[in-house]
Amino acid sequence: MRAPSPLWAFGLLRSELLTTFRRWRTLALLGVLAAVPVLVGIAVRIETSDGSSVGGAGGGGPAFIAQISNNGLFLVFTALAATLPFFLPMAVGVVAGDAIAGEANAGTLRYLLVAPAGRTRLLLTKYTTVIVFCLAATLVVAASALVVGALLFPVGDLVTISGTRITYGEGLGRALLIALVVAASLVGVAALGLFVSTLTSSGIAAMATTVGLLITVQILDQIPQLHALHPYFFSHYWLSFADLMREPVYWDELVRNLGLQALYAAVFGSAAWARFTTKDITS
Amino acid sequence: MAPIDTDDSTSAGEGEELRAGRRRAARYVVPVAVMGVAAATIGLVPALADSGDPDLPKITAEQLLQKMAESDTEQLSGTVRINTDLGLPDLGGLESGLMSGMSGGPGGADGGDGSAADPSAKLTELVSGSHTLRVAADGPDRQKVSLIEDTAEYSLIHDGKDVWGYDSKSNEVYHSTAPDGAERSGKSAKDVPATPKDFAEEALKSVDDTTSVTVGGTAQVAGRDAYRLVVEPKQKGSTVGAITVAVDAETGTPLKFTLTPASGGAAVVDAGFTKVSFAKPDASTFDFTPPEGAKVTEGDGAKAPEHGRKGEHGPGKGTPSAPGKDGADGAADMKGMKVIGEGWNSIATFDTGAQGLPTGAAAGDLSGMGDLGGFLGSLGDQVKGDFGSGTVFKTRLVNALITDDGKVYAGAVTKDALVKAADAAK
Repeated sequence: MRAPSPLWAFGLLRSELLTTFRRWRTLALLGVLAAVPVLVGIAVRIETSDGSSVGGAGGGGPAFIAQISNNGLFLVFTALAATLPFFLPMAVGVVAGDAIAGEANAGTLRYLLVAPAGRTRLLLTKYTTVIVFCLAATLVVAASALVVGALLFPVGDLVTISGTRITYGEGLGRALLIALVVAASLVGVAALGLFVSTLTSSGIAAMATTVGLLITVQILDQIPQLHALHPYFFSHYWLSFADLMREPVYWDELVRNLGLQALYAAVFGSAAWARFTTKDITS
Repeated sequence: MAPIDTDDSTSAGEGEELRAGRRRAARYVVPVAVMGVAAATIGLVPALADSGDPDLPKITAEQLLQKMAESDTEQLSGTVRINTDLGLPDLGGLESGLMSGMSGGPGGADGGDGSAADPSAKLTELVSGSHTLRVAADGPDRQKVSLIEDTAEYSLIHDGKDVWGYDSKSNEVYHSTAPDGAERSGKSAKDVPATPKDFAEEALKSVDDTTSVTVGGTAQVAGRDAYRLVVEPKQKGSTVGAITVAVDAETGTPLKFTLTPASGGAAVVDAGFTKVSFAKPDASTFDFTPPEGAKVTEGDGAKAPEHGRKGEHGPGKGTPSAPGKDGADGAADMKGMKVIGEGWNSIATFDTGAQGLPTGAAAGDLSGMGDLGGFLGSLGDQVKGDFGSGTVFKTRLVNALITDDGKVYAGAVTKDALVKAADAAK
């Protein structure tokens, strides 16, 4: 047997990326994600067209929604805050759950393994693809929100949630940073989904399990009696990306979030590896 | 280049199968090991970082008080963690238990009579639960206190003659002007006793012959070496066990304030810096212009009388920062209020003029807890004595006795002390 060249590994990744992003399912998911900021933007525009503020005096609705009508850039933050709890991780869960189990289901997994790539390498390629999808999905939401926000609302210097003023350019920089943090927040779900995907040879079962786990964890995170466990739930610090809009930035929870995602990636990534490299591939 | 996994080979003999099974199990050791290492790191790092109490030269309580008085820290910024446990239902948990998206907080509930950015509307939040604040100060004229919330922040900014309150969740602004008088300058933004220094100042006002003040060793707070000043009531009957103030050894600035109840258990108030810097904060920190489209509420007395009323016995006294006689002194400002006893055992007494239980609002004002009065109604204990009968409302710090003929006795004292005071007054 000869060792595969690195170029070949890159080729595998490229073909995986092409396969994933050409799928109608993936495109539909991205389309739904792109539609969320449009809906939020239009709703806010209609509600504030008579000069009133959104959500009344109490400030209801997703984070930052009260500021959108004054500065379109805030639509990026609101859209990410609105999609992060469910839409984004669900999309990631679908793609991650399908990664191995989908191939097994379609009977293509063994053909992939016939190529001299090795299972570890295939798994890494699959995980990389899912992470690229996390980033793409987040950027789709952010870009759509940026465009809709600029079209429907005024843009300009913005006020951070600490009450200080930053320029629009710096605001854009923070928006990009926030998008990257949101994408990184999904790394844990991606690893979890990949592990579930190695457990079964039914793509649908893997997707449903991943999304089910996601919902379960979100519900458990709302139960005050379980507060001792909350810091270990992958979704617990998700909304900490808003801390990037403070001045100075409040890093404590951001760092905790990224650390937690890395931990999930390490634990479930290695569990997926342990499972996938020892499992009998029959289909 | 990683070698090709040997498991890929399809042919395996009998003996090899057994070994493969073992190897299979061995692979699962990796995720388990990762989890173990993570758990150990989470558990051990704080323990290792805790390098023990620092070694500082001995100092007497008088010297330490002197040091605090001479402290000229005017520039400071940092993060303060406040835990308050009055034994009341945990509002904080309730609030953060809801998704940030849901309509939120006392600001919203209070929407009927003011802005969500009104400082007094925000204060009830500090009475219970756990909160993170960020403080910055640059001289007596520029201070900022921010209450960190989920995806939002409430900032109180004092810049020269302006005092701004900004609630980012509702995008509402509260504005008032600080009086020119030198006496009040610098005090306005401090209506909220947010920093350990504010708490310590309140506590040290009560230092007299009813109080023992000692130096209780050293501690490390926010990475700085500090002395621990322990203030204890000498009299019996107070619900205050001890007040511990960690004082920065270098600058004399209080870094941590802990109030433990006489009944034991967790601290009633625990406010301390988790990060602190004595460098001059960025000037832009104190700049504030209301964002476009934000609703601005003017808080000047003439324009909005209800805010004036709130300000009067407002924030400073509304929070549990003033145990013992200060609480009573503060309460004495109110019309018709008398103070019985001295030092830590002062009891404020007040005749509601009403028969039976007064409204929740009156009870709330007395125990200094504003809107929380309503909760107290469900926490009453029936008591009888020479004075007749009444109801005692208990928290871990402040107790209040409301007699059936409408008199109210309140203070940071035990139930027995309240009954005794009521009997004596008869």
